[in-house]
Amino acid sequence: MISDALVKEFQILVGKDNVLESEVDKYAYSYDSAVLDPVAPGLVVRPTTSEALGRVVKLCNDNALPLTVRGAGTNLSGGTIPRKGGVVVLTNALSQILEINEADMYAIVQPGVITAKFAAAVAAKGLFYPPDPGSQAVSTLGGNVAENAGGLRGLKYGVTKDYVMGVEFFDVDGNLVKSGSRTVKCVTGLNLAQLMVGSEGTLGVFNSIILKLVPPPVAQKAMMAIFDDVNKASETVAAIIANKIVPATLEFMDNFTIRTVEDFSKAGLPVEAKALLLIEVDGHPVQVEEDAAKVEALCKEHGAQRIQVAKSAEERNKVWEARRAALSALARVSPTTVLEDATVPRSKIPAMISALEAIAKKYQLTIGTFGHAGDGNLHPTILTDRRNLEEWHRVEAAVDEIFDVALSLGGTLSGEHGIGMAKSRYMEKECGTGTILFSRKLKKALDPKSILNPGKILGD
Amino acid sequence: MADPKELLRLMRELDDQLVSCMRCGMCQAVCPVYAETGRETDVARGKIALLEGLARDMVKDAAGVKNRLDKCLLCGSCAANCPSGVKVLDIFLKARTILAGYLGLSPVKKAIFQGMLAHPRLFNSILGLAAKFQGIFTKPVNEMLGSSCSRVLSGAIGNRHFATLADKPLRTLVGALNTPAGKSGLKVAFYPGCLADKIFPRVGLAVIKVLNHHGVGIYLPEVQACCGIPALASGDMQTFEDLVAANVAFYGGADYDVLVTPCATCTSTIKKVWPTMSTGLAPATREKALAMAEKAMDINAFLVDKLGVAPVAPSQERAKGALKITYHDPCHLKKSLGVSTQPRTVLSQNPDYTLVEMAGCDSCCGCGGSFNLQHYEMSKHIGMVKRDNIAATGASVVATGCPACMLQITDMLSQAGDDIRVKHPVELYAEALP
Ligand SMILES: Cc1cc2nc3c(=O)[nH]c(=O)nc-3n(C[C@H](O)[C@H](O)[C@H](O)COP(=O)(O)OP(=O)(O)OC[C@H]3O[C@@H](n4cnc5c(N)ncnc54)[C@H](O)[C@@H]3O)c2cc1C
Ligand code: SF4
Ligand code: SF4
Repeated sequence: MISDALVKEFQILVGKDNVLESEVDKYAYSYDSAVLDPVAPGLVVRPTTSEALGRVVKLCNDNALPLTVRGAGTNLSGGTIPRKGGVVVLTNALSQILEINEADMYAIVQPGVITAKFAAAVAAKGLFYPPDPGSQAVSTLGGNVAENAGGLRGLKYGVTKDYVMGVEFFDVDGNLVKSGSRTVKCVTGLNLAQLMVGSEGTLGVFNSIILKLVPPPVAQKAMMAIFDDVNKASETVAAIIANKIVPATLEFMDNFTIRTVEDFSKAGLPVEAKALLLIEVDGHPVQVEEDAAKVEALCKEHGAQRIQVAKSAEERNKVWEARRAALSALARVSPTTVLEDATVPRSKIPAMISALEAIAKKYQLTIGTFGHAGDGNLHPTILTDRRNLEEWHRVEAAVDEIFDVALSLGGTLSGEHGIGMAKSRYMEKECGTGTILFSRKLKKALDPKSILNPGKILGD
Repeated sequence: MADPKELLRLMRELDDQLVSCMRCGMCQAVCPVYAETGRETDVARGKIALLEGLARDMVKDAAGVKNRLDKCLLCGSCAANCPSGVKVLDIFLKARTILAGYLGLSPVKKAIFQGMLAHPRLFNSILGLAAKFQGIFTKPVNEMLGSSCSRVLSGAIGNRHFATLADKPLRTLVGALNTPAGKSGLKVAFYPGCLADKIFPRVGLAVIKVLNHHGVGIYLPEVQACCGIPALASGDMQTFEDLVAANVAFYGGADYDVLVTPCATCTSTIKKVWPTMSTGLAPATREKALAMAEKAMDINAFLVDKLGVAPVAPSQERAKGALKITYHDPCHLKKSLGVSTQPRTVLSQNPDYTLVEMAGCDSCCGCGGSFNLQHYEMSKHIGMVKRDNIAATGASVVATGCPACMLQITDMLSQAGDDIRVKHPVELYAEALP
């Protein structure tokens, strides 16, 4: 229980309206987008200034209160599910874009800025911020950095970490720590900025972030390749990469996903196709033409039945709308949607796809698979009903096996959704005991009372 | 019902709908209330989580949940953008009736809904009186009348600049109608809705003029009842059912092709809410209610989709002298019924205007029936964003297809001191007809 006196102290720091203590208000911060049981916090605070944010962190530490920072609460791994009785700190009142510097191509933002709003503000200045997670309409940049979020453009443009030039954060004592800089190069001190990337709120609380911007591509070309055999599609992926072409986007959809998307969006997808590849190349117009022609040839060579090249911006939008609708459409099929993101080296995509098919059969589950094939990052999506316990056990077993297969192929547990609470127990399998011990020592040194998002990534 | 076990049982019946929310949070991007407050309890995801908490007995404070649930415009922006296809409004309306049943309806609402709204003739005559004494009614009376969506007497509340009750309601101006189909070969039942009857009879008159012009037969009974949404939104299922039944009695026996209304909220209520929420009606009544729902259509959609009114492209020459007009998409038209091009087509019939789209033309105006009364400051804040977008177009007229939006926008523009008139698209069409 958080004493009344302590609640008062929080109220003094952030204002009465920004401290939520009723049962109902607190319960609304007991979950995120992960399929996990809700846990209600003891208090929710919403700082509106940097100073208040720092002092809230210190007050939590002084009183050994577990603290979970929450952006939009859209992570898929339980990263914002608080400790019972802990404090949830909201960043959505810290949502200013502090600077967009066109000459030096960087921006400085507060952590609560919404990804898509930021991307639009940057585009309005003629620049480009590529990371575009599917949740960008609501996700925060602080959450993106803390999860190292990816998106559709990862293959060519990389993920959030590739755009983080600096992070300014509060340590548990409420001291402001500066890392990185506005310069392209910087070797001043330890590379703390990259330590913060993917730290899921366990090492420090971001106060502001410096992000790299790039010039936008001049031209794009999108196409859809249709296959009657999943293996042919996955081999095409491997071939495109082996031929040293780097499309901006190289996405995969299996037959189940195609049919479900088509049912829902009537976008005119070929429902009989066993697999689709959605490909976009971008860059200088001449190179775009050249790359597109090569990709087309490679698709044919590897057995694509048909290739549809988008002839207008409208057709191009249609291709991407269909891809973006994938999760939505699958989610409508059943009450519970378990979205995984185990990732393998890209050359192992064919092996991973066949393993997923075998797992679906073995556990008699409906799995729709789509995702960032070019990154080796597939999203096998299990459609189920959590209330059906017998089936839920099969889902858990299938998830375990998906991880095992990914690891045996030299892959990783999570490509972009993070470890949080959902996958912390698998960490040791992938990294070994030494890594866990090292990480725990680091955490212990920086956060002796273990107040920063305890239980995430490293378990307890 | 004040038995917590019964509450749990009823809430669990909602469970199948509740579980379809995957907590993706995408509704945060579109919820006007969340945009104001940044509070999770204000967005659909939070509200659904609270209801699930109640259903699973993990949240005890039913009154607290009801309070958060009521802080909602019922604008449907969340549902229209939900990847999972969660029937958010269905859930909210059902939950409101369950919670109102458990916690009881406030005495004021009981008096309004059960004492007055459910008796259309009484309602009409009280309002008839009220029109003559605008401004001298005491506060409780205003509140009472104000919390139905017709908010009819609210001109006198606080510093709001509401349009006031018309001296003569539509029904007094035109009486009952029953004209045969003309050259169009179609006959409609005309359902004006409370606002077009009592505050904006000019909209009702425009509808009649346009229908006559197209040779459409009109059936208009002497009285109509409220569509029921104010009662249902407050959780009063009994009054809602009484009102549906009353409308069935007024309209159900008539012979017509389409039921048209100039009110987006009424159309979406009749079309979408009646079928899902009137399951408690006697089978024969329900059957007629379903038939009405099937035939219900927005007036703009009727003009364009049934009568073939075609868009008039703005010619160079015409653009020169024309005045600017802008259009606000009512949530209940665009998000609920998918009607957004038709009202623009209707507007284009008037050669005196050229359409200039405003930024965020389909974002909610912040009215939301009784939300406006319970959370006036927030409603006003959301409305002022709309006002700024309207003003930025430089238009001299803003059109919108829902009298409830017309009320809210009139209030906002008038508080900001703008000289911009608010009209229904059908009015503009009617003005252009001989
Ligand atoms: C429909 C949908 C699609 C998605 N698509 C993608 C995708 O394509 N790619 C992808 O990578 N992810 C995706 N995600 C996952 C999720 O959106 C991302 O992980 C996103 O980065 C989370 O942002 P958020 O603001 O919601 O963060 P939250 O969920 O609020 O927080 C995430 C983590 O960041 C920490 N955190 C937040 N702010 C701070 C701060 N200021 N300081 C320190 N720590 C902080 C939190 O403590 C938590 O551990 C998707 C999720 C959904 C629901
Ligand atoms: S968008 Fe739909 S599924 Fe997602 S959280 Fe909101 S209501 Fe739930
Ligand atoms: S109906 Fe409108 S106000 Fe209510 S939760 Fe949905 S988007 Fe928000």
